[in-house]
Amino acid sequence: MKASVIVFPGSNCDRDAAVALEAAMGRPPAMIWHGDAELPQSDLIVLPGGFSYGDYLRSGAMAAHSPVMREVIKRAKAGTPVLGICNGFQVLTEARLLPGVLMRNATLKFICKDVHLRVERTDTRFTGRYEKGQVVKFAIAHKDGCYFADDDRLARLEGEGRVAFRYCDPQGNVSAHANPNGSRRNIAGIYNETGTVLGLMPHPERLADPALSGTDGAKMFKGLVEGLAA
Amino acid sequence: MNKPSPKITPDLVAEHGLSSDEYRLLAAVLGREPSLTELGIFSVMWSEHCSYKSSRVWLKKLPTKGPQVIQGPGENAGVVDLGDGQAAVFKMESHNHPSYIEPYQGAATGVGGIMRDVFTMGARPVANMNALRFGAAAHPKTRHLVVGVVSGIGDYGNCMGVPTVGGETNFDARYNDNILVNAMTVGLVDAKRIFKSAAKGVGLPVVYVGSKTGRDGIHGATMASAEFDEASAEKRPTVQVGDPFTEKLLLEACLELMQEDAIVAIQDMGAAGLTSSSVEMADKGGVGIELELDRVPTRETGMTAYEMMLSESQERMLMVLKPGAEPIAERVFRKWELDFAVIGCTTDSGKLVVRHGAAVQADIPLSALAHAAPVYERPWTLRPKAALVAAEDVPAPNSLLGALETMIGSPHLASRRWIWEQYDHMVMADTVQRPGGDAAVVRVHGTDKGLAISCDVTPRYCAADPREGAKQAVAECWRNLTAVGADPLAITDCMNFGNPERPEIMGEFVEAVRGMTDACTALSFPVVSGNVSLYNETNGVAIPPTPAIGGIGLVPDIANMATIALKQDGDALILIGLEGSHLGQSLYQELASGGYEGAPPPVDLAAERRAGDFVRGLIRSSRVSAVHDISDGGLLVAVAEMALAGGRGVTLEAAPEGRPAHAVWFGEDQGRYLVAAAPDEAAGILQEAVKAGIPARRVGTAAGEALKLRGEAPLLLSSLRTAHERWLPRFMGGS
Repeated sequence: MKASVIVFPGSNCDRDAAVALEAAMGRPPAMIWHGDAELPQSDLIVLPGGFSYGDYLRSGAMAAHSPVMREVIKRAKAGTPVLGICNGFQVLTEARLLPGVLMRNATLKFICKDVHLRVERTDTRFTGRYEKGQVVKFAIAHKDGCYFADDDRLARLEGEGRVAFRYCDPQGNVSAHANPNGSRRNIAGIYNETGTVLGLMPHPERLADPALSGTDGAKMFKGLVEGLAA
Repeated sequence: MNKPSPKITPDLVAEHGLSSDEYRLLAAVLGREPSLTELGIFSVMWSEHCSYKSSRVWLKKLPTKGPQVIQGPGENAGVVDLGDGQAAVFKMESHNHPSYIEPYQGAATGVGGIMRDVFTMGARPVANMNALRFGAAAHPKTRHLVVGVVSGIGDYGNCMGVPTVGGETNFDARYNDNILVNAMTVGLVDAKRIFKSAAKGVGLPVVYVGSKTGRDGIHGATMASAEFDEASAEKRPTVQVGDPFTEKLLLEACLELMQEDAIVAIQDMGAAGLTSSSVEMADKGGVGIELELDRVPTRETGMTAYEMMLSESQERMLMVLKPGAEPIAERVFRKWELDFAVIGCTTDSGKLVVRHGAAVQADIPLSALAHAAPVYERPWTLRPKAALVAAEDVPAPNSLLGALETMIGSPHLASRRWIWEQYDHMVMADTVQRPGGDAAVVRVHGTDKGLAISCDVTPRYCAADPREGAKQAVAECWRNLTAVGADPLAITDCMNFGNPERPEIMGEFVEAVRGMTDACTALSFPVVSGNVSLYNETNGVAIPPTPAIGGIGLVPDIANMATIALKQDGDALILIGLEGSHLGQSLYQELASGGYEGAPPPVDLAAERRAGDFVRGLIRSSRVSAVHDISDGGLLVAVAEMALAGGRGVTLEAAPEGRPAHAVWFGEDQGRYLVAAAPDEAAGILQEAVKAGIPARRVGTAAGEALKLRGEAPLLLSSLRTAHERWLPRFMGGS
């Protein structure tokens, strides 16, 4: 299996994603500079976290227009799995590969902490190692993570089963109290129509190592590798 | 555009922060009257901030050597050996004056500056910490300052992708008009590829990279070398503006170029910008330097030589390259979309020559700037030592657990979660011990080794007795590193004091240096880098002497690392060290008596080392399940913090007969730890402690969901947690 991690100026979780991918794949991913118009053959494309272009415009807005994104969009539309984490999720919404927007957190502050997520679907390439309704622990670290879409779009997302993860308490209850950033319906991550593009604010790569107080994130990468290698 | 230089009048000299004596010295070493640009250059190079003219004679006395030290003070940061060809680069620096005037940008650029100091040496920054002192919670400016400083630190470090792993925060009325923002960065470097600032070689290209130069921050170093008064808010334009995105690009570009054989010397443009970086590089290399200011990338038009030489625009670096290496460097910096310009060369003239337009704007012997700066042996006086406070003279509480609940919810001890959750403390995926413990631990990437990091000082102790307080700061830092299982390696310091021209303030500085020297020597814990911030006073009222200590240690294997969380019901809690007895300057004293009085707790450095080495041995042999140092608030607060972290209650033993119970539980005696151990280990640990000459006593047993003490109502962990977590968010929320 071959994976590519896209590196924008200001990406800062590119190495973390590469470490988690290498642990799952047994080989390092290709690191692709944003200015490259060519993308190697990839079974998985990862848009990592960070502050692409400083996020001085809307988060992810500049990166969505990077040369490499034209190719990423083409591949995504052709069915190559794409995983956008944190800033990568913001880039995916700005690139219109995923609907909705990520607004400033309801607290107006940056928040870094572990959160619990309820796995809403288990039939995608990203969730092979999870069970439906399972509660997993990932970490968040963002200032613009409040997911917003209008009522119609939300209804469609829900109807099509495209909500990937929701913020919940350790027991799996989806409540306002467990919502760290004000996201509508506690949405932490969503899929595209085909379930091949996943954007999520929490960082699976940060809890993918027994030394880092959790390994739930590693299962996403392992599941991807098993599914894509098969 | 080259207007004739204005006449240098006494008023102009005074505006530049130079005394008339200093101006006479300047004219003498120059052999003529300076141009305005030259006056500006001298004023920043001879400022307290850049020249250390008041502190230098004392700083020389600090112990700076040890087998682990690769680079002591004098470079951009200190370097210590981690074995296996790896080294840690670290330093702490103050950004006090700018942070008070403009808290967000002041704090942000402080973080940016200290990270540049570390990556200038070839190291990738892997952790940030900060030590913050704010005024009293009730002071009308405090909330505004906390919001600005915390978001400034967070936004800069978060964007850089360097985890901010901890620090400390105090609230004290004595900082009402002079807050302290001390930022520390730790980086990792290949021990064979450390970059320094000596520009050795003549005819080498001098290269400018990074952001463009603007008019921001002109005279920042001079501002940082003066007291505040009512008009200080007008100095806001001297505060620089940070751009962490550009710094992230600069970091990656510098580290990429450092893989090539291209750089002779590199220096970041921090305080006093282009002036200080060019002078220091040339002086250390024993060469002269010529700068062509027309080639400096500027973001504003019409900038004068004076403005360019004094600008403190951020995110800039100066490099001296090997001959012919310009194209390699240019390719790297263009890739990262940064400005790149060859702006001069090294010479054999021994002079700094600055050209702008057709004219020479400055022509100064480097020795005059770097070595002829005045060095002051300022007069100093000592205050009489305060008397010890007898525990019996401090009222006992009605309820020990009730007092604990109040204390742990007070501004002094309340959880700092509201602060550190705004810092990305996990990026780089190596933070194996997060904020909230004794020391943060960051794994050395790709290995099982850990770097332990802690920042410490207890200002109220230093105010009461600067020597004992400084000793305590070093000892507590050593203890915190020990408590996670690290071998303490070395420290950086941030010496924050008032106006050194006042003999009593200078006396505080002298005493603090002595106390640090005592402790660093006894604990083999040398100083490898640091910074001095003087004139932290407003209208003649100084801050408490605050020698902030940032220490690092090495955990050989993170599998054998201790944390403060209680892990198992039935584990015994053992006090290692003397029974609590000392309430002078304690948090309990403030609660019971409404203020701090008397002498601070003395530090017995031999006992400190004995206890620490013993505890570290227990951690290494995996005989203890949790460890916590005993500091602010004493034994009972330490018990409560271990209980909260582990979500496990403790049934406490009664205090020994014949001792005041409130002193046993709340005394802030030094050199002490609390360890938790399985019941079958506990007896052995107690015996071995006695054999090693270290007092030890079983003080409780982990179990249940409350703290229990005979004769008192149990204190539920849930109540304790509410008290601990409530204060700061409520305060910041405005209620």
